[in-house]
Amino acid sequence: MANEVCLRNFDQDRPWLLEQYQSAGGYEVLKRILREKTPPEEIIEEVKASGLRGRGGAGFPTGLKWSFISRNAPGQKYVVCNSDEGEPGTFKDRDILRYHPHLLIEGMIIAGYAIGATRGYNYIRGEFWEPYQRFEAALEEARNAGFLGENLLGSGFDLELHSHLGAGAYVCGEETALLESIEGKKGQPRYKPPFPAHFGLYGRPTIINNTESLASIPVIMEKGGSWFKELGVENSGGSKMFSISGNINNPGVFEIPMGTPFSTLLEMAGGMKDGRKIKAVIPGGSSAPVIPGDQMMELNMDYDSIAKAGSMLGSGAVIVMDDTNCMVKVLERMSYFYHEESCGQCTPCREGTGWLYRVVSRIENGKGRPEDLALLDDMTVKIAGRTICALGDAAAMPVQGMLRHFREEFEYHIEHKKCMTGS
Amino acid sequence: MSDDQMVTIEVDGRQIEAKAGTLLIEVTDAAGINIPRFCYHKKLSISANCRMCLVEVAKVPKPLPACATPVNNGMQVSTRSPLALAAQKGTMEFLLINHPLDCPICDQGGECELQDVAVGYGSDVSRFVEGKRVVPDRDIGPLIATDFTRCIHCTRCVRFGAEIAGIRELGAIGRGEHMEIGTYIGKSVDSELSGNIIDICPVGSLLSKPNLYQARAWELVQREAIAPHDSVGSNLYLHIRGNRVMRVHPRDNESINECWISDRDRFSYIGLYSEDRLTTPLIKKNGVWKEADWEEALEFTANGLKSARSTSGDRLGALVSPTATLEELYLAQKLMRGLDSDNIDFRLRQTDFRGKEGVPWLGQSIADLEKLEAALLVGSNVRKEQPIFGHHLRKAVMAGGWVGFVNPLALELNYPVDQLVVSPAGMIDELAAVAKVLGLKGKPMDKAKVTDAHEQVAERLKSAERSTVLLGNMAVAHPDYSLIRSLASRIAKASGAVFGFLPEAANSLGARLVGAIPGKGEDARAMLEAPRQGYLLLGVEPDMDFANPSLTRQALDEADFVVAMSLYRSPSLENTADVILPVAGFAETSGTYVNAEGIWQSFGGAVKPVGEARPAWKVLRVLGNLLDVPGFDYVSSDQILEEARAASDVKPDNGTDTPSDWQVRSASIGLVRIGDVPPYAADPLVRRSTALQQTKDAGAAAIHLNTRAAEQAGLTGGGQVTVKQGTGSATLPVVIDEAVPDGCVRVPTAMPGTGDLGGSFGEVTLEKA
Repeated sequence: MANEVCLRNFDQDRPWLLEQYQSAGGYEVLKRILREKTPPEEIIEEVKASGLRGRGGAGFPTGLKWSFISRNAPGQKYVVCNSDEGEPGTFKDRDILRYHPHLLIEGMIIAGYAIGATRGYNYIRGEFWEPYQRFEAALEEARNAGFLGENLLGSGFDLELHSHLGAGAYVCGEETALLESIEGKKGQPRYKPPFPAHFGLYGRPTIINNTESLASIPVIMEKGGSWFKELGVENSGGSKMFSISGNINNPGVFEIPMGTPFSTLLEMAGGMKDGRKIKAVIPGGSSAPVIPGDQMMELNMDYDSIAKAGSMLGSGAVIVMDDTNCMVKVLERMSYFYHEESCGQCTPCREGTGWLYRVVSRIENGKGRPEDLALLDDMTVKIAGRTICALGDAAAMPVQGMLRHFREEFEYHIEHKKCMTGS
Repeated sequence: MSDDQMVTIEVDGRQIEAKAGTLLIEVTDAAGINIPRFCYHKKLSISANCRMCLVEVAKVPKPLPACATPVNNGMQVSTRSPLALAAQKGTMEFLLINHPLDCPICDQGGECELQDVAVGYGSDVSRFVEGKRVVPDRDIGPLIATDFTRCIHCTRCVRFGAEIAGIRELGAIGRGEHMEIGTYIGKSVDSELSGNIIDICPVGSLLSKPNLYQARAWELVQREAIAPHDSVGSNLYLHIRGNRVMRVHPRDNESINECWISDRDRFSYIGLYSEDRLTTPLIKKNGVWKEADWEEALEFTANGLKSARSTSGDRLGALVSPTATLEELYLAQKLMRGLDSDNIDFRLRQTDFRGKEGVPWLGQSIADLEKLEAALLVGSNVRKEQPIFGHHLRKAVMAGGWVGFVNPLALELNYPVDQLVVSPAGMIDELAAVAKVLGLKGKPMDKAKVTDAHEQVAERLKSAERSTVLLGNMAVAHPDYSLIRSLASRIAKASGAVFGFLPEAANSLGARLVGAIPGKGEDARAMLEAPRQGYLLLGVEPDMDFANPSLTRQALDEADFVVAMSLYRSPSLENTADVILPVAGFAETSGTYVNAEGIWQSFGGAVKPVGEARPAWKVLRVLGNLLDVPGFDYVSSDQILEEARAASDVKPDNGTDTPSDWQVRSASIGLVRIGDVPPYAADPLVRRSTALQQTKDAGAAAIHLNTRAAEQAGLTGGGQVTVKQGTGSATLPVVIDEAVPDGCVRVPTAMPGTGDLGGSFGEVTLEKA
């Protein structure tokens, strides 16, 4: 029961070509929609029925997001795809861009049709040069075949898509910073409200969705929302792409139904490397709080199960760590990341991420003080929820998770000036 | 919910009425409830990034920034609940971890927003034990000192540039902790409003460079004043220590300057303490200048004027500065008229006195400017000449309005405009073409060639509900001012626009209201073309403040007696005057200015005049006594003001007549000079502000011409060329400048080295040096 949605043509030869995509039924849904002039409300209802939740990490219901746009409002509207994929541990959207670009293009066209947008942008992470070229080539193919441009397939509906290459800032994966970046401004999140549905790209109504979310649309429209929903479990419809990495034998991207046990996913990924003991798992990208390995082995991969365990499914980036890992060292590396990637506009994040990193680094390097753990606890509370975007929370949550589950390792570091794992 | 619906909210248990949708911080500010803030500024966009104004709103789990939260009915807000205070104190701690503890040597100390708020929300001991961030300072020009290690990244200065100055000179470069405020690769901050970032910076990152390390905030005494340069009449605070003006700040006046002032108004005070400030009266005896006491100098002056006058008052003339106070101008004309002379004029840069005009003024309120839908400006560099008017016009354009210019120079503006850039003679043709589109007939219209551009200007003015046609400094100084005035006035009438002026100086309007212009006597130009035997000069320098410095010097040279009342002993006064009386300047005397809108604004003297200098009204009063002119027994300037107000029998009035013969005086063959007055050369005070003179806007005397003109003359940029005009000449560097129209050469006036030249818009020839 794997690879049903975004990866369903994974076994084709050169699946990124238009010819191949169409041989497997690609663009047929779009043709039907354009031919039958399917009412946009029906499409939005279908997406709502699918239970699809934003695959970028926040998990906001996609259909609901689309319904916020006033479709009949006059003037330009935009559909934007977030292919910035910057959350450490995540590498699923890259595979969609590399292998199934037409799936995404078809999804974006349907989304544009549903909200009345005539222009769209795919914001691609700066380091994704090969995926960017693949996507550009696919756009050209689609344009030549009449799927993009004016009067698509004689339907009277116009849509043009462009890709926009980022420049390496994590914060540009935040949707409003991404919009600023497309506009040519410094990538900094906007204060919300207003949300992009009302004030988006160039101040116009905009939907912005993750690559995987948009690439799921053609399949949902082909097989129906309820088919998709039933792939998964209650409150977590469909299947999901997981990027699994760490101390395992077979890291990679696996598309499996929501609610699949973590143990099954780990098995698909070849199990623990060298047969070592699983120590900890970060289940949803580096900003998700860590979960101890034993506990993780009992959990299923869906929004509610992971949330109940005090973490989040996020972007589906699963980082598996064995017992050779020092949690202080792991946290130091993650805190350094957020310190470097804070955009700098909000005080708590700009100043706090640097302070967090310095304190964790001090502990790692044998200069920790007994009061440092209380200081870290306090700081995370003062950063989380006090900033314009969620980057501050993303920096605070890993610290909170580590101190919740592995506090004794930190205490050991402070007391003995060395690591208890011997690493 | 309509926009003006009133709602009731509760803040800290207090019921407050407010308009729905108003930002919470505006509501609490109006109600006197203090919420700490750094990034919020009432005139700037909301950035919500400092996170200092976080408050608790009932039913919202996270604290919300008051600056970005609109109020709605029944909203319950706690500004000092445990959640709110924890958030505010948390932000404060983060703000302070990297802020240096250098308050004892920081100029902002004592008036620092961060310091003030830290007292209420900071902790006495820092938990931050790491090294603090250090950021290199940047040289962003002669006016503003930087100390970016102190920066708290509120971005007010960045938003000021983008939104108010209209020029993005400062930006936040880098990310996260490495974010720094800076200019784009080594550039300076050159906006004419740049000094305002000193005021809005909440910490000591942006400071006044001229005033750096000169005074502590608590040593200063604050006095009110009115800006003495342009006709805006910006409201000021003078900050004084002992008997010295240490700095100048804006004083809020929403209907005039809001909370901003121009750099000229902020930094010109430096000129008060110029090295050539005259501190004692000077008398020239046998060609040698010697210091004198007041009694001797005044006797000398009275006798000199008496003998120059001899039997006829017409032998005397007074040339007075439009930056003089109303009281000084009133007394100067009263003195002249008491000596039976009607020869007094402040219109020193004007050369065309044909036709009749009223009392030129803005024609509308200053606040109206920003509501304009269309404005045509003729002969004006409003952005630099009256920067606050420029700011109001920019707001009009930002709100969708249109501004067009007819000028002899292309301007660099901070908003989109349409510019018709032509020679001085061409300006008449351009206006005639616009007039023709509007259906006007007569001599200049008959031969006017209409293009799309003219039709567009006419259409813009006609279709707008609120439109105006305004004449600026270069229109008034134009050789065909009377023709331009008539055309502009008729264009305004035909298009339903308001006709008005952007008067040049602080008292251009006031001078007329108190009669500092001739009735039947000679105007400024005639007084110099037919030299008088005696001259009274008030606040002017012969080589800088006149339309034709060469003519001025000749006339003063020929006179039997010249008395100059001046702040400075400038070489051009020493060459031409017989006595120089040191008078009080800006901040040193009480007085009144009448701004472009016709608002009378009085001010007191804030400091004692330097040395032996005396307020000019007192000097004129004693001269009146010594010359036996009745009615010179004032004991205060208030009495003069009262009398002047009662005697004033004219009102602001933009009426003008149409000349019967349409004789164009502007040169139409050969090379024509464009002699604009750079903004920091406008009057003796600003010319001596050493800080302003180092700015880009101060410029340098040079010969500007475009590529085509340079090719024709066989010139290249950088070399020295001699420009000849009449009997005078100046050798100056050549600058290739596409802002200058064909057939013209820009040689600014009032610049060092140009004092021998003739009329500002006369014909010139160029010779390789």
